[in-house]
Amino acid sequence: MAAHRCCFPVWLFILCSFSLFIIAGSQETTVAPEQHASVLDNPQTAAETAEQTAGESGGVEERRWEGTEVRDAAAQKQAEPAVLQPTPQPKDDFQEELVVRPLHSGDIYASFQFRTLWETDFMRGNKVSHYRLFPKSLGQVISKFSVRELHISFTQGYWRTMQWGQPYLPSPPGAELWVWFQDSVTDVDATWKELTNVLSGIFCASLNFIDSTNTVQPSASFKPLGIGNVTDHRFLRYATLPREIVCTENLTPWKKLLPCGSKAGLAVLLKSEKLFHSSFHSQAVHIRPVCQDWQCKTTSWELRQTLNVVFDLHNSGQGKREWSLFKMFSRTLTEACPLASSSKIYIDITDNPEGEQFELSPATSLLSQAMVLGDRRTFSVYDLTQQDTFGSVRSLNLLIRWKSTEGDMLRPLLHAERYVAGYGLQTGEIHTLMYNHHPYRSFPVLLLDSVPWYLRLYIHTLTVTSKGKDNKPSYIHYQPSKDRVRPHLLEMLVQLPPNSVTEVTVQFERALLKWTEYTPDPNHGFYVGSSVISSLVPSTVAMDTNSTRERPLFSSFFPCKEESSYFVRVYTEPLLVNLPTPDFSMPYNVICLTCTVVAVGYGSLYNLLTRSFQIEEPSPGLAKRIANVIRKMRGVPPL
Amino acid sequence: MKTHVLFNLFATFLLADGLNIEVSVFDFSLQLQISHRFVFLILNFTRNVAPLLINTQLFTRFLSRISQDSAGQFFSSGHTNNWAVLVCTSRFWFNYRHVANTLSVYRSVKRLGIPDSHIVLMLADDMACNHRNPKPATVFSHKNMELNVYGDDVEVDYRGYEVTVENFLRVLTGRLPPSTPRSKRLLSDDRSNILIYLTGHGGNGFLKFQDSEEISNVELADAFEQMWQKRRYNELLFIIDTCQGASMYERFYSPNLMALASSQVGEDSLSHQPDLAIGVHLMDRYTFYLLEFLEDIHPASKANMNDLFKVCPKSQCVSTPGHRTDLFLRDPGSVLITDFFGSVRKVEITTEAIDLTDPIKEVEERYMHSYVDQLPVSEIIHQKPKQKDWHPPDGFILGLWTLILLVFFQTYGVKHLRHIF
Repeated sequence: MAAHRCCFPVWLFILCSFSLFIIAGSQETTVAPEQHASVLDNPQTAAETAEQTAGESGGVEERRWEGTEVRDAAAQKQAEPAVLQPTPQPKDDFQEELVVRPLHSGDIYASFQFRTLWETDFMRGNKVSHYRLFPKSLGQVISKFSVRELHISFTQGYWRTMQWGQPYLPSPPGAELWVWFQDSVTDVDATWKELTNVLSGIFCASLNFIDSTNTVQPSASFKPLGIGNVTDHRFLRYATLPREIVCTENLTPWKKLLPCGSKAGLAVLLKSEKLFHSSFHSQAVHIRPVCQDWQCKTTSWELRQTLNVVFDLHNSGQGKREWSLFKMFSRTLTEACPLASSSKIYIDITDNPEGEQFELSPATSLLSQAMVLGDRRTFSVYDLTQQDTFGSVRSLNLLIRWKSTEGDMLRPLLHAERYVAGYGLQTGEIHTLMYNHHPYRSFPVLLLDSVPWYLRLYIHTLTVTSKGKDNKPSYIHYQPSKDRVRPHLLEMLVQLPPNSVTEVTVQFERALLKWTEYTPDPNHGFYVGSSVISSLVPSTVAMDTNSTRERPLFSSFFPCKEESSYFVRVYTEPLLVNLPTPDFSMPYNVICLTCTVVAVGYGSLYNLLTRSFQIEEPSPGLAKRIANVIRKMRGVPPL
Repeated sequence: MKTHVLFNLFATFLLADGLNIEVSVFDFSLQLQISHRFVFLILNFTRNVAPLLINTQLFTRFLSRISQDSAGQFFSSGHTNNWAVLVCTSRFWFNYRHVANTLSVYRSVKRLGIPDSHIVLMLADDMACNHRNPKPATVFSHKNMELNVYGDDVEVDYRGYEVTVENFLRVLTGRLPPSTPRSKRLLSDDRSNILIYLTGHGGNGFLKFQDSEEISNVELADAFEQMWQKRRYNELLFIIDTCQGASMYERFYSPNLMALASSQVGEDSLSHQPDLAIGVHLMDRYTFYLLEFLEDIHPASKANMNDLFKVCPKSQCVSTPGHRTDLFLRDPGSVLITDFFGSVRKVEITTEAIDLTDPIKEVEERYMHSYVDQLPVSEIIHQKPKQKDWHPPDGFILGLWTLILLVFFQTYGVKHLRHIF
């Protein structure tokens, strides 16, 4: 007993010290990703940076940090009560932002984001008639069609995840539209049809080709990105047009939605001749309700216009690893949009802490960190609202000059591809490959496939294999197609094992179309839209779950619920499938017609001459025959 | 006498001699609660309302115009708005020149003042962002990439597969589905001057659309007649640049139509301006010289239709351009080019004061909002399967039951029923 008593405190002590050790260790691991940031020539702690932004310590240091991202949670909590005070806030607010990410291939990725926030209520029948920054055309669309959320994107080119990493905003080639309607809408399909027609007028696009044959209602994908509790997928519509071309006529109306148009601010860079001379071009409009303050008691409408472009090194860079704003956009910047409350340029310098990869001029002392796509990135910031950003020449022309061609990009953890296998024009097989590059973590992905009706999926041939073994999906939602009415919809929740390739295959048969259903150029083939892969990918750093905190626009699009993982959406390539196509040429048709005439005329005459005709005994009906069999067994005379 | 007057004055600015702007009032509308007769209206109007406004210069001018009854002289052509329907019907890269044709006319009418909202532009293929185009987002009309007719703010209303005979005829006749947006409609009225420009591959009496269907000259003439009966135009100028183009206007029979074509029946229209960098011909001859002619036109120029008929003589065009004016009521020499290629501008003056203070009321919401989980794994897995709806038995089941009953009665007859019940 005494031994026990004496042992207990010892054990307690050992236990305590051990747990302390563990806590210390865990702290070390969480700090670790920040280490590359501290390599910077003036390392500073988080507390210091918070202090600096709070009280503008002036340009004593060589490099200043933008405080908002690195401010720790305690500082944030202290700041929150200040929001509660009734401060006269502007009703609407406009921000613009350009992020430039130099890619290791020598290409360059530029992402524009323009955000208009408006504290108003389009719903409940109150008429909003006075518009300031928010475009009236879209405001009317929201109130007329009772739209809760609207996401539309036009993309030319395919985003190469393995070369370029994840984009800030993913989008599939062609046009994509998904809309959540208010639950007050009674006839969702009719509203959807009208909405697509109206949007086709606004954006000069062929969105009126969206009809029931390419619209689906995903049951688990495409949850609302804005606030709201209703997730009944009856109010969701999703459609893609993979063939949609994107050109100046789509950019023009898009630019007209901006408060400053293309007259001032970052939008002056949007010259179509340069933007479309690129490897990848994507423009999008996202409308959703967001929280107004940290309590989230009031909502405001957010209009986010984004434009992503990747300039090719050999095409537009003339093979020289050197980029400048002028070279990319054939313009330099002279001012911010006067209506914007913030106007900033971010250059991703995470891989370039000491300037060994590339050189950036003019140099800026302002740095910022942001958690984006599961990683902590460092950015050089140029604030266009400050006059000294433009220097003595009154114009800003950022120059990025590469020094070395080495260096490796962090491989994206999730990536997918898709292709059609098989030969001939009767059957085929769709293969979808999903790669998990994480060395030891598995994570769930939700695959959405919308296949047009003229590819008849043999769903019994659906297989999901990873590492040579059958990988049973934990959720499958399949809606079969109806000819000329609706497409196939296949949704699967699959767990991707660590460091593996998961292959989804399904066979299909190609249907014969009616001859009026062929496009004017049927030999080009028919497009099948991209598969959509939504996933929760484990992140290397703790993600920021506070949705109302002030963050750069590019890192605040997808709301984040938990710290350990981040949401990402990946699109595969669209498929181009050949269907059995008749020869529409004139000689062929003439031959067909003549042969038909000959066959009908000559054949019927031949029949008449060679056949003999006999009268056939009428056979009793089916019911009578079965009854006779039973009567025979009973021994009763047949009918 | 208590009158409520809602007042709309439409004034039109006509540019005369480049600088002098003359204002004239051609139309006014009064809505009075009590009186109905127009003459009475004018009397009431001058007695009660006019003194209030008499000091405005515009109004005095308006009254003088009324008294002199000379407002009409500014509208000798009789139109109050301009519209343009510009169509390229050819698909595929080697038909680059047809897109360039259409865009050059688009550029001209836009430069002369027709806004994008009054232009219905139909392009059957995307040349500007075609993968074969060495300079994306451009369409050139002249050699050595001299003139980019695509511009930086083009708005294409119908494109790609949307350019069909059906859509074209629906736009002309206005028989579009109700949800069609305004930009895809020809919202003209009986005071509209409409320019219709078509280009593509054609033959004697037809024009091909997208290489898969065609419109005949009879269909086109009927469509114009329908437009006339529906009072959809005041005057209509039809220009077509295609092989045997004159055959397309042969069958027209509606009034106030003027038609031009690039070639006579039996002639081919030829292309112009081959470009080695782009690899195709950039324009057709007729439209090339038409563009050159239009580039010299400015909103105040006095050039008339007779000048337009002289565009591209046979020495330049190789084909013989044709025109038809017998359906047109006015003398072509008195019709300005800007009557069709330019635009009258409409100014609306209102006497009501508009309250610009913010009418938005605060709506207090007291419930918490929250964001939705983007990939709620457990929720997805534990979704309840949807309850199967009851549906009436289909043909097979009904047929089976009929067969069973038939067999039963054939076998046992009706009298055996009492054994069962």
